[in-house]
Amino acid sequence: MRLRVEQLRVEFAPPFGAAADARPAVPVDGVSFELGANQCVALLGESGCGKSMTALALMRLLPEGARVTAGSVRLDDTELLDLPEMRMRTLRGGRLAMVFQEPMTSLNPVMTLAAQLGEALAAHRGLRGGAARTEAARLMAAVELPAERLDAYPFQLSGGQRQRALIAMMLAGEPDVLIADEPTTALDVTVQAQILELLDGLRRERGMGLLLITHDLDVARDMADRVAVMYAGEIVEWAPRDALYAMPRHPYTQKLFAVLPRPERRGQRLDSLPGRVPPADAAFTGCRFAERCPRAWARCRSEAPALHLAAPGHYARCHLADPGVHDGRSGTVAQVASASAAGALGGSTAGLVHVQTSAARPPSPSAMLEVDQLAVHFPIRRGLLRRQVGAVRAVDGVSLAVHPGETLALVGESGCGKTTLARAVLRLIEPTGGTVRLGGETLANLRGEALRRMRARMQIVFQDPFASLNPRMRVQDIVEEGMAALLPHLDAGTRVRRTRELLDQVGLPADAGGRYPHEFSGGQRQRIAIARALAVEPALLILDEPTSALDVSVQAQILNLLAELQAARGLAYLFITHNLAVVSYLAHRVAVMRGGRIVEQGSVDTVLGAPSEAYTRELLASVPGWGAGVRPM
Amino acid sequence: MLDYILRRILYAFPILLGVNLLTFTLFFMVNTPDDMARIHLGAKHVTQEAIDTWKREHGYDKPLFYNADAGGVARLSETLFVDKSLRLFLFDFGAADDGRDIAREIQTRMWPSLAIALPTFVVGLLCYLSFALLLAFFRGTALDTGGVVLCVALMSISGLFYVIAGQYLMGKLWNWFPISGYQPGWAAWPFLVMPVIVGLVAGIGDSTRFYRALFLEEIGKDYVRTARAKGLSEPRVLFRHVLGNAMIPILTGVVVVIPRLFLGSLIIESFFGIPGLGSYTIDAIQAQDFAIVRSMVFLGSVLYIIGLVLTDLSYTLVDPRVRLE
Amino acid sequence: MKPVILWSDALLLLMLAVLALTFWRLRREEALRAPWRQVMRGRMGAVSGVLLLAFAVIGLLDSLHYVERLPDTEPGQPAQYGGEVRSALDALLTPLREGVEKTYSAPFATHLYVKQAMTRADGVDVRDYPRLAHGGAHLADPASEFWPDVSRRALAGLAGGVLLWLPLWLAFGRARAGRPASPGRRAAWATLLCVMLTAGLLVALAPHYHVLGTDKVGQDVLYLSLKSIRTGLLIGTLTTLIMLPFALTLGIAAGYFGGRVDDLIQYLYTTLNSIPGVLLIAAAVLVVQVQIETHPDWFDTAAARGDARLLALCGILGLTGWTGLARLLRGEVLKLRELEFVQAARAFGVRHTRILARHLLPNVMHLVLIALVIDFSGLVLAEAVLSYVGVGVDPGMNSFGNMINGARLELAREPVVWWQLAAAFVFLFTLVLAANLFADSVREALDPRGRRR
Repeated sequence: MRLRVEQLRVEFAPPFGAAADARPAVPVDGVSFELGANQCVALLGESGCGKSMTALALMRLLPEGARVTAGSVRLDDTELLDLPEMRMRTLRGGRLAMVFQEPMTSLNPVMTLAAQLGEALAAHRGLRGGAARTEAARLMAAVELPAERLDAYPFQLSGGQRQRALIAMMLAGEPDVLIADEPTTALDVTVQAQILELLDGLRRERGMGLLLITHDLDVARDMADRVAVMYAGEIVEWAPRDALYAMPRHPYTQKLFAVLPRPERRGQRLDSLPGRVPPADAAFTGCRFAERCPRAWARCRSEAPALHLAAPGHYARCHLADPGVHDGRSGTVAQVASASAAGALGGSTAGLVHVQTSAARPPSPSAMLEVDQLAVHFPIRRGLLRRQVGAVRAVDGVSLAVHPGETLALVGESGCGKTTLARAVLRLIEPTGGTVRLGGETLANLRGEALRRMRARMQIVFQDPFASLNPRMRVQDIVEEGMAALLPHLDAGTRVRRTRELLDQVGLPADAGGRYPHEFSGGQRQRIAIARALAVEPALLILDEPTSALDVSVQAQILNLLAELQAARGLAYLFITHNLAVVSYLAHRVAVMRGGRIVEQGSVDTVLGAPSEAYTRELLASVPGWGAGVRPM
Repeated sequence: MLDYILRRILYAFPILLGVNLLTFTLFFMVNTPDDMARIHLGAKHVTQEAIDTWKREHGYDKPLFYNADAGGVARLSETLFVDKSLRLFLFDFGAADDGRDIAREIQTRMWPSLAIALPTFVVGLLCYLSFALLLAFFRGTALDTGGVVLCVALMSISGLFYVIAGQYLMGKLWNWFPISGYQPGWAAWPFLVMPVIVGLVAGIGDSTRFYRALFLEEIGKDYVRTARAKGLSEPRVLFRHVLGNAMIPILTGVVVVIPRLFLGSLIIESFFGIPGLGSYTIDAIQAQDFAIVRSMVFLGSVLYIIGLVLTDLSYTLVDPRVRLE
Repeated sequence: MKPVILWSDALLLLMLAVLALTFWRLRREEALRAPWRQVMRGRMGAVSGVLLLAFAVIGLLDSLHYVERLPDTEPGQPAQYGGEVRSALDALLTPLREGVEKTYSAPFATHLYVKQAMTRADGVDVRDYPRLAHGGAHLADPASEFWPDVSRRALAGLAGGVLLWLPLWLAFGRARAGRPASPGRRAAWATLLCVMLTAGLLVALAPHYHVLGTDKVGQDVLYLSLKSIRTGLLIGTLTTLIMLPFALTLGIAAGYFGGRVDDLIQYLYTTLNSIPGVLLIAAAVLVVQVQIETHPDWFDTAAARGDARLLALCGILGLTGWTGLARLLRGEVLKLRELEFVQAARAFGVRHTRILARHLLPNVMHLVLIALVIDFSGLVLAEAVLSYVGVGVDPGMNSFGNMINGARLELAREPVVWWQLAAAFVFLFTLVLAANLFADSVREALDPRGRRR
């Protein structure tokens, strides 16, 4: 079995009513790669690089308006792009199957698993009735779900179980190739590890080809035999896994490694990648990465590079990899690569704890924020009179403290109550019990002016950069709003001046204030949100997953900014996250939360290096790339 | 489940009380019984005596809420509010201005109404859903575009024109059916066909377009992509997956009107001379017979609330996520 | 001549002022203007927009009311005014308004539609179709002169239409640098040309013929149709104006505050919803009707009376019609209030009123606009049905409902009288179709989800 993709090009028709000379958007432009039996190829790239479109094009499931305009997709001797729809249908879900990113919405909510599995079995294997039931049970066993769950509806399953069920459905046609489009991105780390393990096992067992689409370098490293790195619709690097991770050849790939938060980079600025991914309808003359590339020179802007062979089996779309290149300024790609790879990957021997870490600063005597036995219970009401019969204990007796200038990371999986905790601390939700003290003053009974004064001392930055800014307000008004509400003694002129200073400080252009949020990228919006929070000069910032909706290169910029601000202003951070790599890079102390309670709390070194709780250990073991340095590469 | 139904019934009372208060305010406080008498007696200069006589004859001679002349509980019960409004809760509708018993009229007239409304509803739903599925199946093609344009054009025509055109074409020009009228029993059917056809055609544009939009919204969802990725055929994806899920929003709008089918259609019944509740209502409105209007309002509200309960019950059939408690 | 401002005129002016203010604001705010640009860039949006504008112009002309000064006033005496309120449109259509025949006459007819006993020139009594008093009265011999006369006038009218359109197009319409020709632009100008041509034809022909015939009492049907436009437009717009404050405050308050406020508002709209729509409207209109009938002294003119009833109808439709939009807004606000930008504002201690005004209201405005344009066509159609039921506008008022109602038995006549129904059909259909298509374009441009037709 061999899947061969050559020069694949996908175009979007220009939108209705656009000017006649509008360029079509080309999310995928000349993509070629190969996938053999029992092999895993990872398609790696940041959001918007065209990796999902490539996968959908292979399945011929492109959304309306998009179509393949050139190229070929051959599965053994069959050209998929030429097949009539009838024949393609037998292949789709048969020899070629695909698992999607969102397990919560990818299953039909009103059909049982048995019915949804049965459909695929009937379509591809002609199985019905008892035979189908038996086979369905076998498939459930293959994805490690109990057979009695066959009669369950999707809403009765957890996210991980749904993803397993989806995989089972896709196995029903006994595929030769399984495409997995970010199969674990929506899942918690522990579940992610299980699903990846399952996919890996199924691939070996059945000798399938696995095309794994991911944005996570560590996931790709754990899973893939070969990796294709995509940027702006093109494959910029195509290499065996070990070769790529030992010595990335393309400047973009090198940057991707360099921006990752790692424990050994503690206290240092993360490398960053300026600019943003060009839009899909941009016109290119030279290299698509040239605008952002630190090593670009004149040729890069005038001539699009070909995919050069840089080492056996290792290709890079870069003029530096052209064997003929010798410009006086830069060395060959090999020299550069080896230098940067040493920086990028060197020393990743101890997982998430840097051997020389000296981060845990001595806690200063007076805590900025003290949370004592905080509880938030949501009542459950039942019966004729809606009597309360119980409570959901979202936060159940949490105690923690954050000191000035310190970052406390609050780590936990989805549903553990960490966001509820943050909102209760801010009194956006009234806590059911316990106390919150800010700078020694108890918050619970504050009203009016006193509450307003306290609100100015702590602020929050949210996860979703799109939902956290009002789309109908100018940036200037957004940043000013807190000042107007909490610092009424400031006059309008002062507010405007301070807003300008803040926007400058978080690295936004000077004219940003007059524009609307939709004109900014995700990373820039997060900067605006940080400026808004800082506008009232808080001493404590609650950061609720501030980087988890961002690409890694943007995440690095935001983490750098946060570190700078902390150093300059002595801010205390309560950093809520599920990303342990970020914790290991940034935090001083860690609190691990589960089921509304803190299970373990201590310095980063202790908790991540020598965890005492089983749950913490499980969490650590699930992190992709954990112990990568130990594993043979 | 039982809990749920009980709670809904309890919740129905404040709503019905609100409805009664509203109509009572309109018909007895904004318009006093004196005004009503004047309208009915017609002549320009009516004596107060004549008004009092009329009020006595029609039972409007009590105070509104509080009877100071009576004693004990009767102070509250011997009032117009109890007589005219609260009695409705016992489905005691009283008599119309012409002296006939409203409850009996309703009982005899609801059958002709149902004979037209039910077939229109059932056949209509089937037709509209099929048309919408057809358009959704051919989405993006010329057929779909043409269909949508036709729908918009059809829904831009006033319902009155459908009736007038239907009567003219089928009744006068082609002579298929009697233009209007009604006969009880099986002899009714020639009189029923034309109103049903007209009712069907009048609803096509609006409903087809609405259902098509529902289907297209479902088609854009992730689970449909999964179904396609399984290699299912497009008809199967549409009928099994899309229709199954679209039933939830469809039921929201459909089930609630089922009980109201008893009330019939004002326009159709009055144009075609069907002696149903619709034409009863319209006659009452034109004759300004407020007793009938009040009764129909109350009945309509009761049927609406039943419709709401039925809607919730029907969700449990199509959506496994819904559990009533 | 003295201007008269009826209540509905005043409200209409108020609405225009609001529109002008919005327009002025839009000019400065590129972000708010973009969706409207998109509406006018599409073919459908442009065509329907221009058509609606044409209807609006007629409606506006019909809203400039005045009373005539009576001629027989003695000098020195205070001026006496006639009891009949006229509008600018009436003044423009004077020949149509005054050209009343005895009874039915077909479009472009020169003779009455029914035979009458009359004495011929030679003194013989016959039953024949008499010549019309106004339609084609200028023709000495209709049989031979009719076609030449009509075609001459029609050509002149068309030429006039083109002449009116051409300078406008040359000045504003041609594509040039900085103003590329979009499909919408071209369609808009083509539609305008059609409107101008129609207007030219009517101006040339209508004073001399009954272009759409006459009705039972000999009134010109074209005049009746044009006069009905204002009623339709008013019902479609004033109703939403009245409904809007209720829907906005109640819907947003229910969604944002939740709890008991939400319970109360939900109770309110469930109660209103539970009453069959027509019955509720009928009940309220009946009450208003009785009030108007028992207090004839409240109104000094028939126009004021009809106007009061029209406003009452709009008010009732508005008071019973807010539930749908309120429910929609409640649902949207329930979602919005959990969004992070609202949470951020709350973390700043921003007051409720300010959160409602700055964060919630602007973010549901697109839903409001979509609901308004969609409601418009429904309301125009509802007027026809309600007038038929007998709870619509005043029977003496010109409206499509009254027109259809008066003509509904004409198809049953022998021979068939079809023109009044046809005229009502064409006018009502064009107005509602334009409104529906415009609503579609607006929804497509404003609704982030509905990017399809």
